[in-house]
Amino acid sequence: MDKTLNNKAWFMVLPVLLLVAFSAVIPLMTVVNYSFQDSFGNNQFFWAGLDWFQELLHSERFHNALARNLVFSGLILAIEIPLGICVALCMPRKGIGVPICLVLMALPLLVPWNVVGTIWQVFGRVDIGLLGYTLNALGINYNYTQDWLAAWITVVVMDVWHWTSLVVLLCYAGLVSIPEAYYQAARIDGASRWAVFRYIQLPKMHRVLLIAVLLRFMDSFMIYTEPFVVTGGGPGNSTTFLSIDLVKMAIGQFDLGPAAAMSLVYFLIILLFSWIFYTLMTRDSDSTANASKGGSEA
Amino acid sequence: MARIELSHIRHSYKPNPKSDEDYALKEVHQTFEDGGAYALLGPSGCGKTTLLNIISGLLKPSEGDLLFDGTSVKDYSTQDRNIAQVFQFPVVYDTMTVYDNLAFPLRNRGVPEDEVGRKTRDILELIALEHKAGSKAKGLGADEKQKISLGRGLVRSDVNAILFDEPLTVIDPHMKWVLRSQLKELHRQFAYTMVYVTHDQTEALTFADKVVVMHEGQVVQVGTPDELFQNPEHTFVGYFIGSPGMNILKCAMNGNQARIGEHTIELSGLGNPPASQNTELGIRPEFVRLTEAGSGMPIQIQAVEDVGRYKIVRGLLDGLPLNAVVPEDQSIPESAAVEFDTQRLNLYADSWRVAREA
Repeated sequence: MDKTLNNKAWFMVLPVLLLVAFSAVIPLMTVVNYSFQDSFGNNQFFWAGLDWFQELLHSERFHNALARNLVFSGLILAIEIPLGICVALCMPRKGIGVPICLVLMALPLLVPWNVVGTIWQVFGRVDIGLLGYTLNALGINYNYTQDWLAAWITVVVMDVWHWTSLVVLLCYAGLVSIPEAYYQAARIDGASRWAVFRYIQLPKMHRVLLIAVLLRFMDSFMIYTEPFVVTGGGPGNSTTFLSIDLVKMAIGQFDLGPAAAMSLVYFLIILLFSWIFYTLMTRDSDSTANASKGGSEA
Repeated sequence: MARIELSHIRHSYKPNPKSDEDYALKEVHQTFEDGGAYALLGPSGCGKTTLLNIISGLLKPSEGDLLFDGTSVKDYSTQDRNIAQVFQFPVVYDTMTVYDNLAFPLRNRGVPEDEVGRKTRDILELIALEHKAGSKAKGLGADEKQKISLGRGLVRSDVNAILFDEPLTVIDPHMKWVLRSQLKELHRQFAYTMVYVTHDQTEALTFADKVVVMHEGQVVQVGTPDELFQNPEHTFVGYFIGSPGMNILKCAMNGNQARIGEHTIELSGLGNPPASQNTELGIRPEFVRLTEAGSGMPIQIQAVEDVGRYKIVRGLLDGLPLNAVVPEDQSIPESAAVEFDTQRLNLYADSWRVAREA
């Protein structure tokens, strides 16, 4: 078959091409460019080859920040996903409670990141904060500016407060789409509450949970504003995540080359983990589809 | 197995029903005998599914009582009632294999695993899915899924009754016949009490010993397929059952004589003529004889449909639509008339049949 040649078609894709070029390709390539060079300001650049990457991968500072990030994202997923499912299961399905719950759930999502940080920064202060003052008055030693554990708890609880709603709303959407007949059949079959959850609700929430896990992983792995506002990465370096470290390096120290190398590695790590999650969570449904295909051929 | 008694059951989906209109079920008083095969027949929205869900306990009736073998079970949970129910649309547990799906109702009730295995394999054979026992239920087609739903209803042998809510809607026509005769066979073998909801008269008449016809939240007649055909108690039964349905002709009563336009028909065996002014004559198209004009009542023929084994003549008698079934080999006269088999005529007052002595 002959291919139709029509050069006018290029004009049609030009707007999109320009948009993508300026919004994604050019900035990304600039970072790639920086990562192989050294700069001393004044727009002077020197070729550095793979030096920055080698330095980064052997840097303890990077390893520590990466480990903190992994632990943080792990905690966030371990808390927010089960908690989100539980809350969604408890939400009403009809009546006046539905809009009330939905609005309440959506509220934290509407608060800007730095405002969330400020709220918790004030909330946890030992001199004027409701939380910090109360805890200390009760004899619990809590001070997120001095104690790394208190800082971590504050940052994690803040993220749970801010983002569990997203998981709840996604799960709720998955739950309400389950036809009533499934629950009726389960009652006829004598299924326990746990069996209903395990064999009806969880499988039907599979897809929205995949989205929830991916979004929460990516967002928590890229977290910057809230811990920056609350702890500024401290005490010490205890809450310095990759993003905070990156900003310190790029803007604080003006090390554009190492920061660019770190950005790329950071980006690749997120991509890798997202791919792993996606593959793991969709593998099961693919294999059943293939199995049934094989079965019908047999 | 149990005898199921519905005692003055009424149900409304509204919280404070006021008039009769608010009730989805208007007073149903009905007994399903132990081991009987019943069909609940009626158009969509007549309350069939509501009635079924009340029996299985998925719905609590607004008023009335429900008894299994004389014991009130109104406050029992679905599980305690021990009922199997198959729904209109297939419900399968996606993540389980076909085998586990069928075993699920048994395992939930703590049946020992060797018995689970035996019963599940029996059902797998019955629904002809043995070769798929180990595959996940998710990728199966609609009819295979529905067979699993059916199988889950049949796997428990100790149930009080098996309820079917239009279970064959999604199954293709050939498979429908096969599955229906299998159900019938099961009924003969194990004498389950079965209630089968459908809006398809063929399905109802072939499946059931007794058909319960429902109309607007009421049971209008209970009878064998033959009774429903011969003597419909309500005009609704008349035109809902039969293909085409019964001819219902408005008439005026004068003693024992029914008048349609200028024609008079003598009705024998009528005790007291009905007091109501709203009277109708019902005659099955099968009992309308088509003749040459001259004898009988002249009819204006509008269409003739040849359905293979017989022909349906659609015409107008004094402006009232009238159908007649004529044998395949009979020719249709140019100007035709009809005669009614007076023994087969039914008189209706306010839509209900007026009894006549034979």
